[in-house]
Amino acid sequence: MWLDALTLQLGYNATLVALGAMFLGVAAGVTGTFLFLRKRALVSDAISHATLPGVGIAFMLMVALGGDGRSLLGLLLGSAVSAGFGLLCIGWLTRFTRLAEDAAIGAVLSVFFGFGIVLLTIIQTMTAGRQAGLEGFLLGSTAGMLWNDAMIIVVGGVLTLAVVMALRRPMTLVAFDPEYAAASGLNVARIDLAIMGLAMAVTVVGLKIVGLILIVAMLIIPPVTARFWSDRTDRVVWLSGALGGVSAFVGAALSAAAPSLPTGPIIVLVSFAFFALSLLFAPSRGVLAAFLRHRRFQRRVHMRQGLLALAQGQPIYEGFTLRLLRRAGLVEKDGVVTDQGKARAAKALRDEKRWELVRADQALEGAAALYDGLRALETVLTSDQIEEIDRRIGGPKGVGA
Amino acid sequence: MSGAEFVPLSLTPLLIGVFAAIACALPGNFLLLRRQALIGDAISHVVLPGIVVAFLLTGAVSAWPMMLGAAGASLIAVGMIEAIRRLGKIEPGAAMGVTFTAMFAAGVLLLEQTDTSSVHLDVEHALYGNLESLIWLDAIGWESLTDPVALAGLPEELPRIFLTLLGVAAFIWLFWRPLKISTFDPSFAQAVGVSTGVIGLALVVVAAVAAVAAFDAVGSIIVIAMFICPPAAARLMTNRLEVQIAWSVVFAALSAVLGYVLAGYGPIWVGSNHAVSAAGMIATISGLILAVAAMFAPCRTRSGAPVG
Repeated sequence: MWLDALTLQLGYNATLVALGAMFLGVAAGVTGTFLFLRKRALVSDAISHATLPGVGIAFMLMVALGGDGRSLLGLLLGSAVSAGFGLLCIGWLTRFTRLAEDAAIGAVLSVFFGFGIVLLTIIQTMTAGRQAGLEGFLLGSTAGMLWNDAMIIVVGGVLTLAVVMALRRPMTLVAFDPEYAAASGLNVARIDLAIMGLAMAVTVVGLKIVGLILIVAMLIIPPVTARFWSDRTDRVVWLSGALGGVSAFVGAALSAAAPSLPTGPIIVLVSFAFFALSLLFAPSRGVLAAFLRHRRFQRRVHMRQGLLALAQGQPIYEGFTLRLLRRAGLVEKDGVVTDQGKARAAKALRDEKRWELVRADQALEGAAALYDGLRALETVLTSDQIEEIDRRIGGPKGVGA
Repeated sequence: MSGAEFVPLSLTPLLIGVFAAIACALPGNFLLLRRQALIGDAISHVVLPGIVVAFLLTGAVSAWPMMLGAAGASLIAVGMIEAIRRLGKIEPGAAMGVTFTAMFAAGVLLLEQTDTSSVHLDVEHALYGNLESLIWLDAIGWESLTDPVALAGLPEELPRIFLTLLGVAAFIWLFWRPLKISTFDPSFAQAVGVSTGVIGLALVVVAAVAAVAAFDAVGSIIVIAMFICPPAAARLMTNRLEVQIAWSVVFAALSAVLGYVLAGYGPIWVGSNHAVSAAGMIATISGLILAVAAMFAPCRTRSGAPVG
């Protein structure tokens, strides 16, 4: 059953929905990256909640004009209008009052959503409203979706994706370095507007599949996940798109296989699973990598301190240092220093003395700045320079009796 | 309208609405000034899995385990947001977005997978609450307020939200100075020995408690609106924190009363006999108050100077 779902064997509409979700997921992942890099990820939360009154008003309008009010296209148009109005409100509040953007986002989100709920309760009392199924827009439902609706989602997903692809270069530039983008002649405000418009398009198209409460996750989780794997903007963009597409496809397909599972939460949890894996295992930024890096650093510090202590004949009591030295074969089990240990210790002490001279010498200031107690001198100075320092230290001297 | 009708049907929901609104608006003032306004949004989403898990563990819809579950879920969420922010060096807004959507999705999924058809627990209820149904059936009029038998039949949400409000107010009153200093000048606060981290966490916990208690009675949508709209409108009225808090209390109470009355009686005035969602209406009114404040309030501009 699960396999059937993933390989698109569950009927025509389910296949269409899964493909539409995938296109939408890619578009959301890519658009979300630009939002995320502009540090405006939560604006999408306000956009998505602000769609609800539009859905309600569109339904009532369509009923008043004699239709049955359930035309998905009309509802989506309504939601786009009210989401756009919500965006205008946020912009107006942040520009003309002293409120910060987060307060404006929260205010628009809660008020629009509250008003939408009022409209929904009105619609429930209308004779045409009882089977409207507008609640499906809250959490998304693909069960029993009509062919027309599925087509709207596929076409909407593809169109959004096409616009994202067309605009990705200027958007990358603005997301990465807005000052440079402005200096090179791009209209940053207009590009920002385009990013917002695309986020709105993703929200509106995804409304029916994911629902307005969770659609924001498709715009936030894939970019954050992708950010763990790369520091390059273009790679984050592509990776985020891929992650978004895969999560949306898998989520939509699984939920088609088990109709009791609502689509939105499944998609969100699939992409959260990718996120959790990345948080733990991503190279360099992941928790595991950070832990290993920390351990490696710890070992180097203990090794260095141990060698210096050996060279100066001081006793070592610290257990971890002793274990490290024993494991490297520098100290015997009974604590006697091996020949190799003596050699390494002597080198460590000499390096320490060399560094001391380097740091005292103003001519070698650049190299001295790199001193951290662990770095080998050979990686900083040429062999000629080291010889020069050794000359200053002088050769071994006899110890006075 | 006579007391015989008002007291049993409208007095308790009104009071619960007002108390919940004020309990959320009080910590909201500080969250707003600290640029953490969306914490309320995040908390109100993450309490859902907490409540569902509490229901699954106890098998019954009872208030205290659910409140504990919700409080636990908000603490987990705060921890997760911090962990994602620090470990992944992710900006706080995005870290919050990842956390609350994932937890809310988990809550919805758990809810859909369990058989809750016999009890009153569903996503819609969590969103809009059931303010209208918190009626006081034992009351027969104003005289019931002094009748111990009738008072015993008060909906249990009322004393709970009242206690929460007292607790929130006490926290703000007791920690007024550290809260104020650490909000406006964190480095000065640290210099005079206030541990800003602890104060910040305590504020979030108090906000979570208020959110959870209010959530139980009035649903998450009022919680988010009351955390942000009354403090934001109050912020536009004054430059003084004391005055701002007073305004926010006034705005919160006004939204609750007006919203409830409009939701219950407004449709009757326009000739319909179906009430609309009180929670949604209260949020809408608070938004209208904010809109008016944003257009006419004396301190609405960024410089802070009163306008002409």
